[in-house]
Amino acid sequence: MTAPRTLFEKVWDAHVVREGSDVAPAVLYVDLHLVHEVTSPQAFTALRERGLRVRRPDRTLATMDHSTPTLATGGRLVVLDPAAGRQLDALSVNCEAHGVPLYGMGDDRRGIVHVIGPELGRTQPGMTIVCGDSHTSTHGAFGALAFGIGTSEVGHVLATQCLLQTKPKTMEVRIDGRLRPGVSAKDVILAVIAKIGVGGGTGHVIEYRGSAIEALDMEGRMTVCNMSIEAGARAGMIAPDATTFAWLAGRDHAPSGVAWTAAVTQWKALRTDDGATFDRSVVLDASTISPMITWGTNPGMAIAVDGHVPATGAVDDAANQRAFTYMGLEPGQSLLGQPVDIVFVGSCTNGRMDDLRAAAGVMKGRHVAANTRMLVVPGSQRVKQAAEREGLADIFRAAGAEWRESGCSMCIAMNGDTVAGGQYAVSTSNRNFEGRQGKGARTLLASPLTAAASAIAGAVADPRSFL
Amino acid sequence: MTQPWAPLTSHAVLVARDDIDTDQIIPARFLTTTTRSGLGAHLFSDWRYQPDGTPRPEFALNATTSVGAQILVAGRNFGCGSSREHAPWALTDWGFRAVIASSFADIFRSNAHKNGLLTIALDEGTLAATHDALRAEPAARITVALSEQRVHLPHGIDAGFDIDPFSKRCLIDGLDELGALLADLPAIQAWEVSCGR
Repeated sequence: MTAPRTLFEKVWDAHVVREGSDVAPAVLYVDLHLVHEVTSPQAFTALRERGLRVRRPDRTLATMDHSTPTLATGGRLVVLDPAAGRQLDALSVNCEAHGVPLYGMGDDRRGIVHVIGPELGRTQPGMTIVCGDSHTSTHGAFGALAFGIGTSEVGHVLATQCLLQTKPKTMEVRIDGRLRPGVSAKDVILAVIAKIGVGGGTGHVIEYRGSAIEALDMEGRMTVCNMSIEAGARAGMIAPDATTFAWLAGRDHAPSGVAWTAAVTQWKALRTDDGATFDRSVVLDASTISPMITWGTNPGMAIAVDGHVPATGAVDDAANQRAFTYMGLEPGQSLLGQPVDIVFVGSCTNGRMDDLRAAAGVMKGRHVAANTRMLVVPGSQRVKQAAEREGLADIFRAAGAEWRESGCSMCIAMNGDTVAGGQYAVSTSNRNFEGRQGKGARTLLASPLTAAASAIAGAVADPRSFL
Repeated sequence: MTQPWAPLTSHAVLVARDDIDTDQIIPARFLTTTTRSGLGAHLFSDWRYQPDGTPRPEFALNATTSVGAQILVAGRNFGCGSSREHAPWALTDWGFRAVIASSFADIFRSNAHKNGLLTIALDEGTLAATHDALRAEPAARITVALSEQRVHLPHGIDAGFDIDPFSKRCLIDGLDELGALLADLPAIQAWEVSCGR
């Protein structure tokens, strides 16, 4: 009888081509390699310099998301930044030369790489998935081992379909109990990061478990796994279950017929065995989590939306002091009522249908405050179409929000969608680092519910007042 | 691909902050490049320059003592955030060959070692003493002996550091991991056949 194993260990073991040793890391096979314009050009150049080809274009999928425009000019999406345009062109040329499928501009399958992988059914339980993007952890919501890699490693996977990897440690984040009304997956993961810190998961793969995690829908699970990297974790995973299978069934690349039945039987074994142990364990009670919002310059600087930012004298005083200065906030103050210039709903964290539904639920019959501008950017073109069919786009437009084409947009501010210096933005994205949404931008990370409530109020607001 | 990592003695630049993220090391607006070179000009851009483009005199990289430094000394959890390899490209393009901190983000560390940039994690006490020594004597020199995994810090502080044996060998010999993977292609092909890929 084999020793009990965690979910991570099962997926890892099933992909080891060569075991690691004292002198070399393991050779790990990659089932799916996602590629986008920003972190791939130098990798293709490295292949070209060595006369190498993309070894498995069938296991490679490229899209354009980071620097793509979200606003049509004269009915067309025009890339205004010449450098971004050259980078997008380079991806087209590279994919063409190597036979890599590319969902580029104009393709209705295009979208944020971490939205389209699951949406098209390319992301499946038990897979290893990598991308030159740290939010690849998103795909762990399906019980895949998914993590971000650098551009050198993008080249390694293009050329060999493998990576040299040292086996990470395991961490269990167990969340039992029921979430209270107005509290969503985004609040859960912000509470986790606030508890363990932005370096708390370093060197570990997190498995999220417990009744509160099992109760989340797939969109919520993706939101949680997406921000694993904001706690420094290598990856985040959730065991696949009936919720996962129901979400995947019938998607473009999901197995069908007999193959589906066989796949589900295999996927059901992807659970941490009784008696398996984790290197570290963290426990949260779901019923104690409030709607969360960040006040500082990293995602660990988060508080309950109706709470107060830290007072002076706290342990991380120097870091807090820098953050207060950058954010223009006073120690010990409340954030409720803090005027907000921009609200951004979107990103690989919160740009899916359920996120848009949550925000639209708050917006319906209401209007964005006069002092506030709201951008709603769907995570993919398919999300955009579905939201338009369902009437969500009409709700946003009627409320005075801007309804855009899909892409990373204001999360990383590479496409011209930026927050101006000194402005406050309540954003459903994943990073509140200095300058992340534009030079001098002041980002407050929150859930789609809190973002929508704040857009209506024109100031940081508690979503529970709008339910 | 990279140069073999030669023994290093240099003065250092001290940026004594924790959780320095990749968006500070190289802001996203500089990621539209299709090459690896030239990013040193934008290293720490928003900390280094005023909005009008003039240097911020209080930022360490702008100090006259920083010219020619090959070692960056920071705080805890250096390089957190994105997977952008542009971060080590910017650091090496500026001239750094080593970063000293008390911990590093995983992806940054992996990227750094693939680009000839050594990461040295010291315990928090030793790092704090190093910060104090560099504040007292900004031009003090630090010697890094990678083969012995030791670093000789100002004020007689001497410390060992850990590095995985494979990264160490790749750095010292200037080896590229892709070479090792390509050598494993027959095993990879056999695995694909036996595991239905």
